[in-house]
Amino acid sequence: MSWDPRPVPDVTPETERYWTAAAQGELLVRECQDCGLVYHYPRSLCPDCFSERVEWREASGRGEVYSYSTARTMSGWPDDDLPLVLAYVELEEGPRLMTNVDADPSAVEIGTRVAVEFRDVDDAEIAIPVFVPEDG
Amino acid sequence: MAGTEPVYIAGAFEHPTREAPDKSTMQLHAEVAKGALEDATLEKGDVDGFFTAGVPEYESGLPPLIMADYLGLEPSYADTTDFGGSSYVSHVGHAASAIRDGRCDVALVTLAGRPRSHGQATGSGARDLRTVQDSFERIYGATNVSMYGMAAQRHMHEHGTTSEQLAEIRAAASHHAQYNEHAMYREPVTVEDVVESRVVADPLHLLDCCVISDGGGALVVVSEDVRSNLDRECVELLGFGESIGHHDAGRIDLTKTAADRSGSRAFAEAGLGPEDVDYASIYDSFTITVLEAIEDLGFCEKGEGGSFVEGGTLRAPDGDLPFNTDGGGLCSNHPANRGGMTKVIEAVRQLRNEANPEVQVDADVALAHGTGGSIGTRHGAATVVLGREDR
Ligand SMILES: [Zn+2]
Repeated sequence: MSWDPRPVPDVTPETERYWTAAAQGELLVRECQDCGLVYHYPRSLCPDCFSERVEWREASGRGEVYSYSTARTMSGWPDDDLPLVLAYVELEEGPRLMTNVDADPSAVEIGTRVAVEFRDVDDAEIAIPVFVPEDG
Repeated sequence: MAGTEPVYIAGAFEHPTREAPDKSTMQLHAEVAKGALEDATLEKGDVDGFFTAGVPEYESGLPPLIMADYLGLEPSYADTTDFGGSSYVSHVGHAASAIRDGRCDVALVTLAGRPRSHGQATGSGARDLRTVQDSFERIYGATNVSMYGMAAQRHMHEHGTTSEQLAEIRAAASHHAQYNEHAMYREPVTVEDVVESRVVADPLHLLDCCVISDGGGALVVVSEDVRSNLDRECVELLGFGESIGHHDAGRIDLTKTAADRSGSRAFAEAGLGPEDVDYASIYDSFTITVLEAIEDLGFCEKGEGGSFVEGGTLRAPDGDLPFNTDGGGLCSNHPANRGGMTKVIEAVRQLRNEANPEVQVDADVALAHGTGGSIGTRHGAATVVLGREDR
């Protein structure tokens, strides 16, 4: 079995809005109306206080690399996407989100400022957020 | 502290195989169960508690049922807690609780699996999206190596840890593995060999990664009543702790693990501290796994793991903290991608003077620590503190 093309996430009632918003060019986070926590990945109950009063909030789409690792080879992964920079990006809103930094690995360091872009998948209803370094 | 009745490990057995294409995983479970019971001088009919985790090859199948069926067990107590590789350290603690509650007297813990025969290679990505988290992680091509790579990268950034310091962990393990006739890699390697091996996912090199092996192991945990009738040296469980570390809603800290919680509980229960440990088995899926656990267990301050491991600290028999004297998961065996079992087994060998003679430590107190899952996302941490029976 191969990853080529990139895998499509499982869309669930809890995560559908996140993925469909991405296809519209929006990166969403969840915000608890009771305790104020802004969190990722989406969950219907706040993971700090179990409040069900959680809202979607559009993130700025900017952040910085919290950490990263570059895979040089990966069986089954699309060759065009190698080497593959896996990263946690710390969003301006706070949460650290696992993603790819779609750039030459030499352009990526901890602290590199990045901005979101969206990649199409086979399912036209959804898209996948990735990040690229700001200002080249 | 609830339940202070002494509990002992009476049997420990590591399957000698590292590649078993002609055996079923269930057969390996049975073989290690038989081996551990023989080691304990007990019979299959004595077993009334059964502890195991999931069977990787069988996504469903209700592990406790298919395994009790296959093994012919009718336990009065069963536990299939699955934290990944740390599970088997947890099972020792869970067995102790069950024994102290009077639920069983002879608890059998088994592990087996055959990832090598299934063709798994270092750096492989899991291809199935099973959990909600997979859709936010695996779709980005996250592999075990790249997730631990991110942890190493961040540790280096915050604390100045170097690739050479990580490499010393592998070099020390390989120094021990040369004396283990069953080890997958017996050739000693140097720090230079590690840092010059190919990068799998930076900053981790091929030799920063554990072996991929078929195999398994088993333990027999018994009550004081049972032990008192055995003509076999046992190892006392002095303390146990476990915990889970995870994303924390987006606040993940890649430089630390839940070993601070599991370790402090285990030490508190034992009434001991890191300074009392003569030998340590520390989970070594990757070199960074060891480094972070050393800090979190309190053997040194956070951030000082790199300098701590320099200068032969981890090398048996003379280092200050001899570790993984079987060669560990880095060089000897990482059965079923789950190394917690072999961590406990080597600690038992050390306390019984059954380690390989060149690396036998004069140890009264040993620690075994497991890290399951991934410190890059979510992981189980489990720690046992063990003591020589006549210490
Ligand atoms: Zn809340």
